[in-house]
Amino acid sequence: MNTPLLEVQDLRVLLPTAHGPVAALRGVSFVMARGEKLGLIGESGCGKSLTALAIMGLLPEGAQVQGSIRLLGQELVGLADDTMARLRGDRVAMVFQEPMTALNPLHTIGHQVAEPLRLHRGLDRRAARAEALRLLECVQLPNAAQRLDAHPHQLSGGQRQRVMIAMALACGPELLIADEPTTALDASLQHEVLMLIDELVRGSGMGLLLISHDLGVMARHVQRVMVMYAGTVVEDGPAAALFARRAHPYTRGLYAARPRLGAGRGALLPTIPGRVPALADIGTGCAFAERCALAIAACRQAPPPPVTVGPAHHARCIRTGEALP
Amino acid sequence: MNFPSRALKHKSFVAGGVLVALLLALALLSFVWTPYPAAEIDVPNKLQPPSAAHWLGTDSLGRDIASQLIVGARASIAVGLIAVGIGIAGGVALGLLAAARRGWVEEAVMRLADFGLAFPALLTAIMLGAIYGPGLVTAIVAIGLFNIPEFARITRASANTVWSREFVLAARACGKGRLRTTLEHVLPNIASVLIVQATIRFAIAILAEASLSYLGLGAQPPLPSWGRMLSEGQSMMYQAPLLAVWPGLAIVLSVLGLNLMGDGLRDLLDPKLARSR
Amino acid sequence: MLTLAVASALVFAVLGLLPGNVAQVMLGESATPEAVAALEHQLGLDRPALVRYADWLRGLATFDLGTSHAYDAPIAELIAERLVVTVPLALLAMALTVVLALAAGVYAASRHNRAGDLAVMAASQLGIALPSFWSGILLAMLFAVTLPWFPSGGFAGWHEDEGGGLWEGLRSLVLPAVALAVVQAAILARFTRSAVLDVLREDFVRTARAKGLTRRAVLWGHVLRNAMVPVLTVMGLQFANLITGTVVIENVFSLPGLGRLVFQAIGNRDLPLVQALVMLIAAAVVTINFVVDVLYAVIDPRLKLAGR
Repeated sequence: MNTPLLEVQDLRVLLPTAHGPVAALRGVSFVMARGEKLGLIGESGCGKSLTALAIMGLLPEGAQVQGSIRLLGQELVGLADDTMARLRGDRVAMVFQEPMTALNPLHTIGHQVAEPLRLHRGLDRRAARAEALRLLECVQLPNAAQRLDAHPHQLSGGQRQRVMIAMALACGPELLIADEPTTALDASLQHEVLMLIDELVRGSGMGLLLISHDLGVMARHVQRVMVMYAGTVVEDGPAAALFARRAHPYTRGLYAARPRLGAGRGALLPTIPGRVPALADIGTGCAFAERCALAIAACRQAPPPPVTVGPAHHARCIRTGEALP
Repeated sequence: MNFPSRALKHKSFVAGGVLVALLLALALLSFVWTPYPAAEIDVPNKLQPPSAAHWLGTDSLGRDIASQLIVGARASIAVGLIAVGIGIAGGVALGLLAAARRGWVEEAVMRLADFGLAFPALLTAIMLGAIYGPGLVTAIVAIGLFNIPEFARITRASANTVWSREFVLAARACGKGRLRTTLEHVLPNIASVLIVQATIRFAIAILAEASLSYLGLGAQPPLPSWGRMLSEGQSMMYQAPLLAVWPGLAIVLSVLGLNLMGDGLRDLLDPKLARSR
Repeated sequence: MLTLAVASALVFAVLGLLPGNVAQVMLGESATPEAVAALEHQLGLDRPALVRYADWLRGLATFDLGTSHAYDAPIAELIAERLVVTVPLALLAMALTVVLALAAGVYAASRHNRAGDLAVMAASQLGIALPSFWSGILLAMLFAVTLPWFPSGGFAGWHEDEGGGLWEGLRSLVLPAVALAVVQAAILARFTRSAVLDVLREDFVRTARAKGLTRRAVLWGHVLRNAMVPVLTVMGLQFANLITGTVVIENVFSLPGLGRLVFQAIGNRDLPLVQALVMLIAAAVVTINFVVDVLYAVIDPRLKLAGR
């Protein structure tokens, strides 16, 4: 049982643009053990969703993938779509961000939850329906039995997200990818849904790759965190240690920029100066250099290699540990 | 890239534009010169195949086909321009009114439009033809009338999306009246949609006129019309099959040209509309 | 329903009242005033307008559509005779259109921006530009004159004792139906393609693929049904075009159908007949649109909620 759940090595994704292919993921590498809960955090556009889509084989038309993605030892890059389809929903499943549009408005809830069961497990209609009911009850959907025949527009956002989770877990995948599962929900619901995911993941021993831009969510729900910026992982490590140490200047900036209750009146929210660079504009060297208060000439010359700053904790910065001016 | 240089790079637009320019050129040319007077009857030379003297041959009365085609372009263009003009004048006004006023005005305009759509252009032309007698004017009026509900519908739909946009809300919040908002904000933003629609309706108008004159309800002799030439060609189907081919080809190329231009304009004027091309 | 009522009023107004003198029109300009007056009286045109309108409406409701002036026969009979030609023609054309267009549209969408897509788009551009009567003439020249597979005109009749038969009747309708279908299919194919492409962009398609459905399974199981909603609207709208086309095509192929009747009625200035026919056509269009609306509600459960 030594094969890691997921092994990503030097993953690069090129997206077609009007000016030619542009690197959106620039060398992402990480390993997930079975049952591990890994978080992926970063601003919009940093490539976290792309990483998830690359694992699922659902990148947009025209995208080119280089590098290696191994799920339980099986290489996914270069796999034919039909072959990958057999793995999707069965060994690896994904929950998306927008519950309002992620379900087919013309099919009943029961039909959609039963679909992966009929596809991968060959269950007949009645058995699939019974199992779908059980799943909906697992995700604590109220009135599950009536909801089987309801249509998505009759459910609220939170309820739809529960249905999505039920669908993703239907065949008991080894890896669940949750891409901002609660961002589109009300704050009160966010906590509930995340706790639900926690519980379900713990109970089944599956791995969880949780993507979010919210530090609080990361701190509470995952064991390890990877911070992404402009298509690369700039820092990765155990959640507590990472947020305590904040080795990379970007992590420091993110942490400082989080809104807090109880800050003094009139206190300004610290922000990271500048903006995320357009993909095509990233030159050689560290992508964060333009916005980094610690940047020196050497930073712009070559992409920084990972520096070990603690047990299983690395940061891609040649000046980690130095205090900000 | 500015518009003219982008336009010239767009294949559909260029191809369509060339055909349309050709059509216009022929129509204009017809006022100045034709190989033969189009209506000149020359029975001894009837049903000649294409030759140096008559580039496309002659018809059953000895008239030169090429000349008839060239002059026929006039009828087609006249119908297109005027019918679309009527449609825009009436339809855009109604559509803008419906979008600006909402409520029962909008309902009324929409019912009117639905109702107008229930009477295809041909039928209206037939009805009018029965009463007022067939002719080019009747045809133009009928086709024009039919364009009004079409333009009304599309104007209202586009105008509604503009009205709901924030900058319009801002203008209204500043106290700008509905008429001014319509003229200054809504109209410029839907102009591109209307231009594309106008090009397409032009093509449809040409087809409609051809159908009408094929049935004898459009341009009357001696004014040449492609549709009528087709009808004459059909009766000569066994003796001179080519007679039916030339006018049909003219119609197809004109319509094709306009459609291609319309598609091209759609891509060029509003890239958002071009999504699913 | 309201539309129909308004339609009937308008038709009556235009044909019965507005152009000054109906009887004059019917008899032509050279008629003597006495002849005109006699006809007026015979047709009851000297009664007040509202009375005539009421009579006409009553007639419509009981299928008593009056008498054709030119044929001197009950209009209802004339129409019934012609329907047996026009309805099968329209149905055949519609069936051909739908099959061809849906197949081409879905195919093009699945090969988006590749050779298959471009080919379909080019073919449909051409199809749209073809006047249906030209297609008809060309088809006749090819498949009736050069290759005598189909008749180039006329209708043999559905019964063998009329000299026809089921097969013979159908043969007469094939070329006209194809001519009609070519144009309509081109329009519908483009539309189907863009409807399918739009649906393919939706989030739930990504969810379906994430569940493990292959591209083909997604197309058949999720996309098509959703794409049918806009496609149905267009099909309903195309019906009006189909009717227009039928009028022309029946003249091209000399088919004794409703379209031909309309045309002959105009030529004969047979106003009662024209009135009845126009009303019939308007009614048909309104009914079809109504049916489309109902079908909508069946296909899209969201609409039931909106209470249309």
